Amino acid sequence: MLSAQDRKIPAPAVNPENKAFFDAAANGKLVLKFCNACKEFHYYPRTLCPHCFSDQTEWRDAKGMGTIYTYSVLRRGVPVPYCIAYVTLEEGVSMLTNIVDCDLDAVRIGQKVKVVFKPTDGGPPVPMFTPV
Amino acid sequence: MSIKGKAYLVGAYEHPTRKAEDKSVAQLHAEVAKGALEDAGLTKQDVDGYFCAGDAPGLGPLSMADYMGLTLRHMESTDTGGSSYLIHVSHAAQAIAAGKCSVALVTLAGRPRSEGSSGTQPRSWGAAVPDGPFEAPYGIVTTNSYAMVAMRHMHEFGTTSEQLAWIKVAASHHAQHNPHAMLREVVTVKEVLDSPMVADPLHRLDCCVVSDGGGALIVARPDIAKRLKRPLVKLIGAGESPKGQAGGKLTLTTSGAAWSGAAAFEEAGVKPAEIQYVSIYDSFTITVLVQIEDLGFCKKGEGGRFVADGNLISGTGKLPFNTDGGGLCNNHPGNRGGMTKVIEAVRQLRGEAHPKVQVKNCGLALAQGTGGQLGTRHGSATLILERE
Repeated sequence: MLSAQDRKIPAPAVNPENKAFFDAAANGKLVLKFCNACKEFHYYPRTLCPHCFSDQTEWRDAKGMGTIYTYSVLRRGVPVPYCIAYVTLEEGVSMLTNIVDCDLDAVRIGQKVKVVFKPTDGGPPVPMFTPV
Repeated sequence: MSIKGKAYLVGAYEHPTRKAEDKSVAQLHAEVAKGALEDAGLTKQDVDGYFCAGDAPGLGPLSMADYMGLTLRHMESTDTGGSSYLIHVSHAAQAIAAGKCSVALVTLAGRPRSEGSSGTQPRSWGAAVPDGPFEAPYGIVTTNSYAMVAMRHMHEFGTTSEQLAWIKVAASHHAQHNPHAMLREVVTVKEVLDSPMVADPLHRLDCCVVSDGGGALIVARPDIAKRLKRPLVKLIGAGESPKGQAGGKLTLTTSGAAWSGAAAFEEAGVKPAEIQYVSIYDSFTITVLVQIEDLGFCKKGEGGRFVADGNLISGTGKLPFNTDGGGLCNNHPGNRGGMTKVIEAVRQLRGEAHPKVQVKNCGLALAQGTGGQLGTRHGSATLILERE
């Protein structure tokens, strides 16, 4: 049985456009961009809404809850197996992430998960998910 | 303006090497260019248009035209990963139709095998890539990206590992006849399933090879093509489409082939059932399955049943594919498989494929490529070619 193990997580390249996302992550909060023109969330976050191209986007707190849309455990060619996944958040958008702190052999599509934050190698923490 | 009938594929060449430790990347580009020109019966002086992608060193056409000593009046370096070269053929036809060039050279070359490239290692596109900060920390690599597509396809449609394995089995049946193929041994479904799990649900034998080498194509104006002594292969339809994450509204089980294929079929005025041979990009078995569905060879979700039981094997199946062995068994030069897809389609239409895999009276073929990653964002390109 494989368990989620610590992997050296590369630091995200923080820039002026995405800084608020990673500042929030440092405070243990998952934030999303919401567009006040088309009333849609999007991910990953942009200044201009990728749905309607309005600049009326704002950061909103996400609930941090979602379900696994798909996943894969990479088992070869890496020091430690890890589980990559897309999680569909309750807000309706899917984000690329890792499933952690669980038995990786028991991960399934449709599983309910909640956000956790994991430290990176010299950068801000990043949101990951663990089964509820 | 349609490109239908505006240009012909007059030269095609695949480098025989699969490991080029003693060659430079620029040298490989020049060697495949020379090979394709000789195949066409043309010379370097005939070339006035040049197309290359991100595998070309330096500033693409500037570096390579200078290296090869080309005199050009048209150049382009669209890079959509492995599908670039299909797009180049389409754009070359557009340029020829617009009078911007008359003989276009397209080259691809790379040495990922000699340089130690692997589908389980991350590739960086630079700090400015907007998606990078939201993906790189999670260890997205080529294998687990496509594996997520396979996992979702299995969940939505009940596709099985056995069905995916049939794609590799078919490729291996073809590769046994290709003396240059990296993997020439015929494999069984069981052998695919028994190979090590790389990224659930993809086994080692669900993955393509990593190889050095390259390939080149010559696209020419109709009157020039008709003066040459080669069988005439005419471009009659083309389509291209990028597809990504749609702002977080994912549809991972559909590829850009749904749009590039539809556009190509409409331009060509033909239907999937009329296609006699297909080259389909096969970075992984799942890549083939998704594109076959999206091109309309079967309904979405029925790809697993469609590819099973040898349906892709030339001579026995209904849709002979990748008769050179494809990326799964033959060659995946530069980690970019689009070029070899076009080359084998040209061989089939000329009647120059290996006799054991040659489709009888092959008059209509389709070449399909995707580049980037199906699990994140990719560019799809479709070409429909006709023997005249």
